[in-house]
Amino acid sequence: MSPSESSRTDAGQPALPSRTHLERLEAEAIHIMREVAASFENPVMMYSIGKDSSVMLHLARKAFYPGRIPFPLLHVDTTWKFREMIAFRDRVAKEYDLDLLVHTNEEGVRQNVNPFDHGSAYHTDVMKTAALKQALDKYKFDAAFGGARRDEEKSRAKERVFSFRTAQHRWDPKNQRPELWNLYNTRVRPGESIRVFPISNWTELDIWQYLYQEEIEIVPLYFAARRPVVRRFDQWILVDDDRIPLRPGEEPEMKMVRFRTLGCYPLTAAVESTATTLPEIVQEMLLAKTSEREGRIIDFDQSGSMEKKKQEGYF
Amino acid sequence: MSTPNDPAESGNTDIAAYLRHQHETGLLRFITCGSVDDGKSTLIGRLLWDSKLIYEDQLAALTADSKRVGTQQGGIDYALLLDGLEAEREQGITIDVAYRFFSTDRRKFIVADTPGHEQYTRNMVTGASNAEAAVILVDAAAVSREGGLLAQTKRHSYLVSLVGIRHVVLAVNKMDLVGYDEALFREITDAYRAFSAPLGFPDIRAIPVSALRGDNVMERSANMPWYKGPTLLDYLETVDVEDARAQLPFRFPVQLVQRPDSAFRGFAGTVASGAVRPGDEVAVAASGEKANIDRIVTMSGDLDVAVAGDAVTLTLSREIDVSRGDVLAAPQARPSIADQFKAHLVWLHAEPLLPGRMYPLKSGTDTAPAQVTELKARVNINTLAEEAAKTLEMNEVGLANLALGKDIAFDPFSENAATGNFILIDRETNATVAAGMIQHALRRATNIHWQAVTVNKAARAQNMAQRPRCVWFTGLSGSGKSTIADIVEKRLHAMGRKTYLLDGDNVRHGLCRDLGFTDADRVENIRRIAEAARLMVDAGLIVICSFISPFRAERKLARSLMEDGEFLEVFVDTPLSVCEARDPKGLYRRARAGELPNFTGIDSPYEAPEGPELRIDGAAMTPEEAAERVLELILR
Repeated sequence: MSPSESSRTDAGQPALPSRTHLERLEAEAIHIMREVAASFENPVMMYSIGKDSSVMLHLARKAFYPGRIPFPLLHVDTTWKFREMIAFRDRVAKEYDLDLLVHTNEEGVRQNVNPFDHGSAYHTDVMKTAALKQALDKYKFDAAFGGARRDEEKSRAKERVFSFRTAQHRWDPKNQRPELWNLYNTRVRPGESIRVFPISNWTELDIWQYLYQEEIEIVPLYFAARRPVVRRFDQWILVDDDRIPLRPGEEPEMKMVRFRTLGCYPLTAAVESTATTLPEIVQEMLLAKTSEREGRIIDFDQSGSMEKKKQEGYF
Repeated sequence: MSTPNDPAESGNTDIAAYLRHQHETGLLRFITCGSVDDGKSTLIGRLLWDSKLIYEDQLAALTADSKRVGTQQGGIDYALLLDGLEAEREQGITIDVAYRFFSTDRRKFIVADTPGHEQYTRNMVTGASNAEAAVILVDAAAVSREGGLLAQTKRHSYLVSLVGIRHVVLAVNKMDLVGYDEALFREITDAYRAFSAPLGFPDIRAIPVSALRGDNVMERSANMPWYKGPTLLDYLETVDVEDARAQLPFRFPVQLVQRPDSAFRGFAGTVASGAVRPGDEVAVAASGEKANIDRIVTMSGDLDVAVAGDAVTLTLSREIDVSRGDVLAAPQARPSIADQFKAHLVWLHAEPLLPGRMYPLKSGTDTAPAQVTELKARVNINTLAEEAAKTLEMNEVGLANLALGKDIAFDPFSENAATGNFILIDRETNATVAAGMIQHALRRATNIHWQAVTVNKAARAQNMAQRPRCVWFTGLSGSGKSTIADIVEKRLHAMGRKTYLLDGDNVRHGLCRDLGFTDADRVENIRRIAEAARLMVDAGLIVICSFISPFRAERKLARSLMEDGEFLEVFVDTPLSVCEARDPKGLYRRARAGELPNFTGIDSPYEAPEGPELRIDGAAMTPEEAAERVLELILR
């Protein structure tokens, strides 16, 4: 987005333009990304392939234009992501000449940890949280960008933009560094790290609007299409491959569905929808009566569960 | 901006128009301040509720929570929408800054929800630092009961003024509990205006509300026909915060230098204040070197103008020396350049301020070591009185002189908040310990020197971020003392510790060159070394002494010169036979031949330590293993 046109006063003197809320949020995110690139030795950007990651990637390209993004992107692959996500990831990495790292918890793969036999909590813990910690330890990143937003969940509303993690990757909500003005404290000791959330102050609507205005490409799963699904726990689950065990008498049916959030396909429910364009998605969203993370099964395990996961190192 | 998708293509003109309109909305960041009981969380919950930003699943959780821990007798407790962290929910208080989002057709809002509890000044200052307006909540029923404004209201107002917020809403809440009494509202308003006059807010708007019932929050209250002013939301939608920063002189702290190839050299950063256009002349604040703006580069295309808040990349007409930390500024209105200034400090950390201690300072994109050379006063945030103080504890505000290790560019905070602020960081833990707002530079004439404070061992040690030690190696010649001591020093040095190694080589040729090897001379030798070691420990160093030092009494003397725990005696216990077999300098051979009289172990005694801090088996352990043990002892 280029800042709004400046208006001109009667005297012909150019008046100073005022900025819209998205322009201000964009500038804030770019400032944060540059601060990290300038202050840390070994930063990384978490890349989940979702719409927020698409926005983050776009912001990073802007932050370092005309240069290349000066840090790698890391995708933690649980091996249960939608196939279209992986195809999208690989194509985007090529198109933008990204330094893409993919990490999978090989120990979890050997033990065949999966969401069907082990449940969402254990699967997430092993294939996502533990895998993430493995990757951070392996590459010794001292800063990791995440696309979390404060409007998503209550514990996130209190997290800093620069969120300190101990050498064990733990978050201590009682002992966060005060964050003043745009003066971010980037200092860490060896082994410690900072999780950085440049789009903390964006809302879900802001994300969609920005994707629309900037014409940013997202995984097609966000748009409604006829897809094979089964009904589980009152939610539509995509039959993305033949690893999903069908119950006796269960037949995948073709439904017009889309996804409001993307993760592991067995843990991410589809919603019935006819929205095939961004404006239609926004329109559906404005009429929606459920919040975005509802489609994510992991948040509901227990009251305050996101806060617990975050303390243990989940993003 | 990029061309919007064709509305016709999307099949829905209404939504396209909606999206275009959304793109025109502005942004207001505001903070709400109030005590636990003022109804602050309820007010924000109400704003989210009324602007339809609560989803059904959130509502279900809210209804369940309201039944479980709610305070509204089965009714919906809006406050529970906000109290995020589990421990806080059970305590019933918000203990940190939480950010909330809502929007109307005119503006998007980011609300910093901060606690009013006295201990959490730091959180309020944190939340207020990015706010353009403040909503200060007053509990009308409490004022009526107490017979005046509460101390916390004064405290909140002072802190809001301290961080430079200009627009204040006095939200007189719980009007439903006082019968919507106009006289009481006037009384509270008058008292507040009188109290806050010295704080100099240019804009104060008092609004009578009931957050719980919704009066004058979004909907005009039918219960208070006597109130003719805007509702709270009306005010927040229209308050003119039109960036005053854009009218100030141009400031551009450089974040990083972009050099993708040899043809392009750009300076990336965010415009802190003012505006800049291609062709404008700018000066590097520190060096005074000037150049003209060539291009304002963004990925969406070059800009005609960049204003305060814009994140851009500037290229210059000619090559001048610019790097991260430099400030590009309007040449006719440059920032101050100084290494000393007077500033307000808000102490944010449980470890109190230590005047004289070195704290890394960050201001803009620049950093410098800083120390408080003089704490002028502590401000009593309830009475605004200035009091004498030796230190600042967490949540205290003070006025101090600071001295930096180098010049930085800044403006007085009252003139330009974006370039007049800074944070202080703890050098050891890296915690953010203070927020600072610069008053003015201190001139050379009133110079307060960098080391003007009383500097003692503790201060020096803190500065060096280490505990001073005297590590005393004793043992026979050839026992391996020096080899181990050498490894220990190298390892400490690699860790950034400040060390000094005293051994025969650097002592016998100078300090003790008049001494021989009689028992009396040996005693004097060790006394001098011990005294030298004491001075070095006093200087904050980790001193490593490697001497045969055969007599218990002299080692005891050395120990007595140090504080408890500073003296670490390491006995390198290697049998004489092993030492003699090693004989690295051929001394044993010469001693046996009678060429070296009074040689320890041959014709002069060695008194083994009775209670050393560490005993090394010099025959069984490698020097590396031994050094590891010693390091564990030192760093314990």
